[in-house]
Amino acid sequence: MASVDLDSVIFQYEDMRMQFDLQVQDGEFLALIGPSGAGKSTLLALIAGFERAEAGSVLIGGRDVTHQHPSLRPVTMLFQDHNLFAHLDVAANVGLGIHPGLKLTAADRARVEAALEQVGLKDLGRRLPSQLSGGERQRVALARSLVRDRPVLLLDEPFAALGPALRREMLDLVRALQAARNLTVLLVSHQPDDALYAAGRTAFVHRGHVLQVGPTRDLLDGATGPELRDYLGEFQVKGRA
Amino acid sequence: MIHRLVPGALTFLLLGLVIGGAFVGLLSAAGSVDVGTFLLSPYTRVVVVFTVWQALLSTVLSVGPAILIARALARRPAFPGRTLLLRLFSLPLVLPTLVGILGVVAVYGQSGWFNRLMVGLGAEPQQFLYGLPGILIAHVFFNLPLATRLLLPVWGAIPGEIWRLATQLGMNSPQVFRLIEWPLLRQVLPGAAGIVFMLCFISFAIVLTLGGGPANSTIEVALYQAMRFEFDVGKAVQLALLQVAICGLLVAAGQRLVRDVPLTPTVQRPQDRPDVAAWGGRIVDAAVLLIAAAYVLLPLAAVLRSGLAGPVGAVLADETLWLAVGRSLVVAVVAGSLATAAGWGLLLTSRELRLRRYRPQSATALETLASLVLVVPPLVIGTGLFVLLSPVADVFAIGIALVVVVNAVMGLPYVIRILGPPVMRAGEQHDRLCASLGIAGWNRLRLVEWPLLRRHVATSLALTAAFAVGDLGIIALFGTQDTATLPLLLYQRMAAYQLDAAAVTGLVLATLCFGLFGVIEWGVGGRGQR
Repeated sequence: MASVDLDSVIFQYEDMRMQFDLQVQDGEFLALIGPSGAGKSTLLALIAGFERAEAGSVLIGGRDVTHQHPSLRPVTMLFQDHNLFAHLDVAANVGLGIHPGLKLTAADRARVEAALEQVGLKDLGRRLPSQLSGGERQRVALARSLVRDRPVLLLDEPFAALGPALRREMLDLVRALQAARNLTVLLVSHQPDDALYAAGRTAFVHRGHVLQVGPTRDLLDGATGPELRDYLGEFQVKGRA
Repeated sequence: MIHRLVPGALTFLLLGLVIGGAFVGLLSAAGSVDVGTFLLSPYTRVVVVFTVWQALLSTVLSVGPAILIARALARRPAFPGRTLLLRLFSLPLVLPTLVGILGVVAVYGQSGWFNRLMVGLGAEPQQFLYGLPGILIAHVFFNLPLATRLLLPVWGAIPGEIWRLATQLGMNSPQVFRLIEWPLLRQVLPGAAGIVFMLCFISFAIVLTLGGGPANSTIEVALYQAMRFEFDVGKAVQLALLQVAICGLLVAAGQRLVRDVPLTPTVQRPQDRPDVAAWGGRIVDAAVLLIAAAYVLLPLAAVLRSGLAGPVGAVLADETLWLAVGRSLVVAVVAGSLATAAGWGLLLTSRELRLRRYRPQSATALETLASLVLVVPPLVIGTGLFVLLSPVADVFAIGIALVVVVNAVMGLPYVIRILGPPVMRAGEQHDRLCASLGIAGWNRLRLVEWPLLRRHVATSLALTAAFAVGDLGIIALFGTQDTATLPLLLYQRMAAYQLDAAAVTGLVLATLCFGLFGVIEWGVGGRGQR
């Protein structure tokens, strides 16, 4: 069970006071959209434990993790970049997900190989990150999330630098992994298209608050609030009646 | 994570013990001296005026030509021997001061190369070295290359688009200088000039050996004479406090002068300047670079030549030399390691404060503290520690330990400067990832920090060790026959006019210094691998 609940989580960043309330179901794929600087990444960082809430609580699978160290939370987060150590090869980067000191058994190594195969990087374990394309690097990070085997996957725009076709491909991969492992996925994206493509529900974040949450198509189609309408601008859901 | 604050606290403690201890010593003795009379005395005025005057002249003579040299280097990015020239220019930074002085004497002294050339041309040999000219020649030898290296990045930071624009507008060389280079230079010059001025202001070995007598003393040299020959601790304390006050003012003024250069790095590939092909410029640049190279190269060549021509066998057979070599090696390795470890620790803590606790002011304050030694030069620390410790310990017996500690503290600003940016970058890029994967403590050091920082750690260690190997400062104050390091032995031989033996000793010191530097860079930095 890996639901994610944010209950009146307060966080002060410079002169912005944020307060987040959000419920995500176990096994759900939720997208977070909103203008830059609205606090989407901060929200993920609060769930992952990189930022500490001043008040309120973060619950994962019903357990209070508000004061838990990031490495102990049942969470893996992918960033836009710097997901990999450039001086370590691909296999070592994945292996760090099993043991933070890289003390790996033969079975561990086999798991690393299997994870790489699962993300389509079979036999590339000896490469350095600099020898990979941007998409391949994010696949390595996904492979590591597989060996870490944490039920919550937080994606902080990890595919933003990729072209549209490749982004689709990566979202397909994430969805396949989600289905295979019953992951709870939160995706921060600047592309309403991505949300529409992959996320059952979408939350709109504005100035440090979750303003609206709903089924993605309804939220984007209806675009009720003025803030959301301003944010979406000319965006139109294809196939709209 | 309290333990991330511990390394910085330890460094703080080291600084507190050394510099704080020195201050306590100075202030405890200051009560018994008449500061007013001292400050107004003609002696004090002469020393202060000379200290400022020689530093000012040295700065102008170093930084002025450095602009020409850096510009010539920037304008000719591909001339043959450019890399070699830059290497040559990095040598004086590491070269022990006394060895540089030996070289300067061998070139400009009474029977030096310069005078021999003059005699060959039919002129009378001139004795001009000892006094202000000698001080300036030596200061420029050490600081001209430094100033060049400080200024050169200005040109590297000019985006290629600017050169395209200048070419399109048809700018000539003076226009390029006035409209493009000067505005940028003007922002960097105060900082570079400030560093050179500071180094010349607290200059010790050069003024001591080439000053030619008490009339030409900097405050540091006057301090040394008061302590070592006049046994006048009261006078030394007054000079030390005066030195701290002036240095404090200078550093504070310097902080206000230094500004960031607003430049956006470019992704464009390099573009030729519009004034690169003109023949006049080519000739000027070639002359400037040739003269600069000769100025730096000649004393170095003279050290090598007179060292090899000296009584090599006799000097090398002397046990005193090897004892001094041994002491110097120990001092260098321990002081270098201490400086690097203390600096690295301080940076880990300041990074924690900056990135995790959002306390950038505290982080900056901590880093600034490491440069405090600029305000409190080595002989001032020495005087303070002498006053503090002499009632309770035999300071001459623990002289070597004091040399190690003071050299470590002196190396700290360099460590911070070399390690600071990469340590911060490693934190910014990998802090979250390490936290989420639980890579901490020893694992983080071994798997993340060390591979990323190894080269920079090696450079810090090599540089601070090389400085300590060649340092004649505090050892001159506390050294005895039984604790003499190699620089002190060299100084004793120079002072006793055993110039042949000194030449060989100097070559041994230079070899030791560069050898140690190279071994650390290769061994610790892993240059030999991959």
